[in-house]
Amino acid sequence: MIALRVTKRDVMPRKKEYAVRVLAVVLSIVFAGVIMLFFGLDPFEIFKSLVVGSVGTQMRIKQTLIKAIPLCIASLGISVAFRMKFWNIGAEGQITLGAAAATFVALNLGQTTPKPVMLLVMAMAAIVAGGLWAFIPAIFKAKLGTNETIFTLMLNYIAIKFVMYLQYGPWIDPAAQGFPKIAMFSENAILPNVFGLHIGWIIALVLVIVVHVFISKTKKGYEISVVGQSVETARYAGMNISNIIITAMLLSGGMCGLVGMIQASAIEKSLVYSIANNYGFTAIITAWLARLNSAAILLVCIVFAMLIQGGAYIQIAMNVPSSVSSIVQGTILFFVLGSEFFLQYKIGRVPQLQKEVA
Amino acid sequence: MQSFLATCIVAGTPLLFAIIGEIITERSGSLNLGVEGMMLLGAIAGFATAMSTQNPYAALLGAGLAGAGGALIYAILTVTLRANQTVTGLTLTIFGTGVASFVGQPMLGSTVPAEVSVFFAKRAAGVLADIPYVGQILFRQDLFVYFGYIICIFSAVYLYRTRLGLNLVAVGENTAAADASGINVNLYKYTHILIGGALCGLGGAYLSIVRIPIWQVDVVAGRGWIAVALVIFASWNPLKAFFAAMLFGGLSILGLRLQAMGFSFSQYLVDMIPYLATILIVILSTRKSGKGNLGPANMSRPYFREDR
Amino acid sequence: MEKTTAIEMMGISKSFGPIQANKDVYLDVSQGEVHAILGENGAGKSTLMNMLSGIYTPDSGMIRLYGEPVRFSSPKDAIRRGIGMIYQHFNLVDVMTATENILIGQPVGFMLRTKSLSHKIRELSDRYGLDIDPDKCVCDMSVGEKQTLEILKVLYRGARILIMDEPTAVLTPQEIKKLFRIIRNMKQQGCAVVIITHKLNEVMEISDRVTVLRKGSSIGTVNTMDVDIPNLIEMMVGKKVDLQITKKSIDADRRQVLLEMDEVTVLDSEGKKALSEVSFELRKYEILGVAGVANSGQKELCESIAGLIRPDKGRIFFEGDNLVGKTPRDIIQLGIRMGFIPEDRLGMGLVGSMDIVSNIILKDYQNQPGLLIQKEECTEKAKKIVRELDIQTPSIYTSVQQLSGGNIQKVLLGREIDSSPKVLITAYAVRGLDIGASYKIYDMLNEQKEKGVGVLFVGEDLDVLMDLCDRILVLCHGEVTGIVDPSGVTKEEIGLLMTGRRKEVEVNAQ
Repeated sequence: MIALRVTKRDVMPRKKEYAVRVLAVVLSIVFAGVIMLFFGLDPFEIFKSLVVGSVGTQMRIKQTLIKAIPLCIASLGISVAFRMKFWNIGAEGQITLGAAAATFVALNLGQTTPKPVMLLVMAMAAIVAGGLWAFIPAIFKAKLGTNETIFTLMLNYIAIKFVMYLQYGPWIDPAAQGFPKIAMFSENAILPNVFGLHIGWIIALVLVIVVHVFISKTKKGYEISVVGQSVETARYAGMNISNIIITAMLLSGGMCGLVGMIQASAIEKSLVYSIANNYGFTAIITAWLARLNSAAILLVCIVFAMLIQGGAYIQIAMNVPSSVSSIVQGTILFFVLGSEFFLQYKIGRVPQLQKEVA
Repeated sequence: MQSFLATCIVAGTPLLFAIIGEIITERSGSLNLGVEGMMLLGAIAGFATAMSTQNPYAALLGAGLAGAGGALIYAILTVTLRANQTVTGLTLTIFGTGVASFVGQPMLGSTVPAEVSVFFAKRAAGVLADIPYVGQILFRQDLFVYFGYIICIFSAVYLYRTRLGLNLVAVGENTAAADASGINVNLYKYTHILIGGALCGLGGAYLSIVRIPIWQVDVVAGRGWIAVALVIFASWNPLKAFFAAMLFGGLSILGLRLQAMGFSFSQYLVDMIPYLATILIVILSTRKSGKGNLGPANMSRPYFREDR
Repeated sequence: MEKTTAIEMMGISKSFGPIQANKDVYLDVSQGEVHAILGENGAGKSTLMNMLSGIYTPDSGMIRLYGEPVRFSSPKDAIRRGIGMIYQHFNLVDVMTATENILIGQPVGFMLRTKSLSHKIRELSDRYGLDIDPDKCVCDMSVGEKQTLEILKVLYRGARILIMDEPTAVLTPQEIKKLFRIIRNMKQQGCAVVIITHKLNEVMEISDRVTVLRKGSSIGTVNTMDVDIPNLIEMMVGKKVDLQITKKSIDADRRQVLLEMDEVTVLDSEGKKALSEVSFELRKYEILGVAGVANSGQKELCESIAGLIRPDKGRIFFEGDNLVGKTPRDIIQLGIRMGFIPEDRLGMGLVGSMDIVSNIILKDYQNQPGLLIQKEECTEKAKKIVRELDIQTPSIYTSVQQLSGGNIQKVLLGREIDSSPKVLITAYAVRGLDIGASYKIYDMLNEQKEKGVGVLFVGEDLDVLMDLCDRILVLCHGEVTGIVDPSGVTKEEIGLLMTGRRKEVEVNAQ
C-alpha cells in the first residue's frame, strides 16, 4: 500500500491560486452535471437553458440584474460582518424587517409627500430597522460573548413570522376582500428607473466602492479587520471591541435592511413575508466565495443571479424544479471549500527508507 | 394534562434524534451546522423509500443512510480537507434542502402508504404502559419514539461508561492528546460524524413518515437549527437532551393548545415562541462560565498532526 | 553491566517544505543511560524526537531499537515498541481524572471499570516513587503533578525508553530536584532516558552523555564528564561566543519612581485572587525581574499595568497618576508612554496574518487625525526598525507569522521601543529564541535601562534573571513573596520564594 504524506505548503503564487479555484468551479459544474444525469436529466440542455434563460434576451438580462442587486448589497453587508468573524446568518431577517419598516413609512406617510423625501425616509427606516435587528445579537456578543450563529438565525424566523402576522393581521389590505395581502404602495413610494432598471443598480455599484474604501482605508475598517484576525491583539492595541462589533453590525444589518426597502419598493411594490426570497442565505455563499472582496462580490453575485434566474426559467420552460439551482450552488461551494485544502497543503509519497549502512 | 405531555413526547422526538446526533458529532470535535439539511435528506429518503417499498424498516434504513451521506460530505471536507466547519455546515443545509425539494417534487401532497403508518401506530409498551401517570405519557407511543428512548439511554452509557466513549471525549477535548495516546483520531471523527448524521436523518424521517405523513417542502421547518442550540442547553449530555427535546416539543405545540383552551393569539406570534426560547437558551448558556459549557475544547478546529 | 544499545538513529533527515529540520543526524542511546540532546531553539531537537515517537516519519535514514530496524507510521507503533514521550505541552484532558487520562486509547474492556484500574495505577506509582492520586481531576493539578502524570502514563504503557522534551521549563527548583530523582530511578530500572534541553547546567547535572545539534545536523556526541559548559556552548553555536550580560548599576538619586503598584488585587473569573495585594515600585534606570512558577499572576500583573485588566482593588500610579480604570486607549491618549511585549506574541502583540507595516499601525493609528489611515509614516518606521534591528524578512510586506521566532520578537520589541516608552513591560521576552538572539535582546533591554527606562522583565530562567536584573520580585499564587537583590541570594532561596515561603528579611537594592 502506498503511504501518503500530507505536508504544509509555503505560500502559493497568486496565479496558481486562481487556477486552482477556477478548476474547482469547473469540476463542480461537471459533477453537478453528473448528478443531473443520475436523475434522468440532460445536463447540457440544462446548462444551456440556464445561460439562455438568464441572459438570452434583454428582458431576461434585466431579470438577472434585478436579482443581482439585492444579492450584491446583502453580500457586501455580510462581508463587513464576516471580516470581523461575526457569522451574521441573519441577513434574511434583516432584509425582511427592513422591508417592513419601509412599508410602514410608505403606507403611512401619505400620498402627497414628494417622492425623493418619501424614498429617503423609507430608506432610512429600513436601514435603522435592519441595523437594529443586527444590533441585538451584536450587543449580546460584545457584552456576554454569546454565540451569534444561532442567535441571528433564530431572529430570521422571528422576523419572518412577524411579517406573516402583519400580513395576515393588522396590515391586511381592506380592499383585498379577505385575501391576505398588504396594500400596494402609492406611486411616490416606488423607486424610479434609470436606463430601464430600477435605481438599485446605482446604489449597488456605489456601495461596492464605499465598502471597499471603508475596509481598506479607514480606521474603522482597519479595526474591524484586526478584531477579525485576532481579538486579543485588538484589545492589546486599545481598541474598543464592543464598539467595533456594534458598529460593524449596524452597518451590516443596515445594508441588508436597505435591500429590503429596495425589494419592497421596486419589485414587490408592497410587502410579503417572503420578501427576502432566500437572498439572505445566498448572499452568505456569494460573500464567502468572493473571499469578502468587494469587487469579486459584484462578479460572483452576477453569476449567482444568473443561476437563480436560469433556475426560474427552466422551471417554467422545462418543468424542472428550481431547486436544481440550489443543488448547483451547493455543489460549487463544496468543491471550492475542498479546493482550499490543495492551496494550503501538498500530498506526497513517503519515500522508501535507505538501505542499511554497513 | 397527561395527553398534552404525551404529545410533547411526539413533538419532541424528532428534536431528540437530532440533538443526540449532533451531540455525538460535536463530541468528536466537529460543529456540524448542517443538521437541518441532514434532517431533510433523511425526511425525503425515508418518505421516498416508504412510498416505493412500503417497508418501514427499509424506510428507516434509507433515512439513516441519507443523513449519513450528507454527513459524509461534511466529514470529507472538514476532517480530511480541513475546510471551515461553519461554512461547510451551512452549505450542507442549503444543499440538503435543495436535494430534498427536488427529489420530493413528484411526491408533493402524497401520503405515506398504509403499511408504514400502521407499523408506526401507537402501541402500549406491555406492562410499562400500566405504570400510573408516567405510563400514560411515556409508554403509549409508537415504535419510533421507543427507538428514541433506546438511543438516548444507549448514547449516555456509551459516552460515560465505555472505553470507546472515553476515547471519543478525549478526541473532542484534546485532539493532540488523543492522537499521542495512539487513538486513530480521524477514524473516530468520521465514524461519529456519520452516526450523528444518521440520527439527524432519522429525526427528519419521523416528521415525514409519522408526524406529518404527507410530503411537504416545509416538513422540518427550522427544527434542525433549534436542535443545534439545544445541544448547548443539554450540556452535551444525552439524558439532558431528552428533557430539552420534550420541553421544546411542548413549546411548539403550546400555541395550538392555548388556542384550544380559548386564548386567542395570532398563530404566527405563537409560532415565534420556540425561536425566542432558543435565543434565551443561547444567551443563558453562554452566561454560565466554567467547564462543560463551551463544549468540547477542541471543537471547530481541524486537526493536523504536523502542526504540533 | 554490559550496556545494550536501546536506540540507534542513523543518517536521519527531515524537511518541512523548504525548511530542512534535520540533516543526516546520528544518535545512539544505551539502556540505563541518561542522554541529553542539546541545541538552540530551532536546532531540530524536537523534530528528531518526534520521529522517534512516531509523529513524523523520516525522509531518509534508519532507526533501530534494540538492534532491530523499525519504521513508525503513527504514535501507536512507537508506543507499542516501548517508547514513551513526554512533551513540553502536556497531552492531558483537563476535564478527566488521572486514571481516565491514563486509560485513553488503552485496550481495556468495552465497559470501563475504573475502580479496579485505579488500583493498578496506584501500585505502579508507588513502585517508581511517583506521587499521584488516581481520582484527582487534571484541572486541579499543579504543573509538577501533571508532568508526573505524563510519566505515569508512559510507564503504564510499558515504556522502557523515555523521551522528555524540555522537562524543566515549567518547574520550580524543588520540583526539578524531584524530577531528577525520578529520572535516576528510571535509570536504575534499566530504562533509557533521553532529555531534550537547552539548559546547560542541567545537562551537566543529570546526563551521562550529550549529543549536540546545530541547525539540524549532529555536531558530536560526548561524555558529560569530559566537557564543560563553554565547550558545549561552542558546539551549540559554532564559535567561541562571549555570552555575558553586563549589569551596570546607576546611582540611586537618578532612580526616581516611575511606577508604583499599591495593594493591587485582581480576581479571576472564578473569584479567586490572581493577584493579591501586590505592592512594589519600578524605578528609572533599572530592570526589575519577576520570577515565579507559571500562572503565579505574571500575566495579570503585566496586563493590569497595561490597562487590559481592571484591578478589583488597589491603585497603580504612573508618575503620580492613578492608572486604574483607564483602558489602553485612555493610556495612549493621555500620552503615557508604556511599552508592553506580551507573552503571546502572535496572539496578542501582533496580528500574525498582517504584515510589518500593518502591525506598526496598530500602535500608532489612534493618534492619527481623521478617518483614514495614513500608511506612509508607518511604512518609514517599518523600514527603520527592520534596518536597525537587523530583522530577517523578505520584505516589510510579508506577514509576520512567516518570520522566525526571533524576528517576530524583534518586530515587537522594535515597535514598542520606537515609541520611546518610559516604562517597558516584557513577558518571557526570550522564550523560543536561540542563544544569539536572546543575548541581543538582553543587550537591547540594557540599552533601554541606560536611557532611563524602567524595565519590568518577567522571565523563567533564574540564571538570566540573576544576571540581568537589578532587583527580582517573586510571585507565588498572586502574592509577592519577596523582592530581592540577586547579589544577595541563591537560586534555591528564590526557588523557596517561588513556592510560597516568605522571606523574613526583604533585601532591597539601594
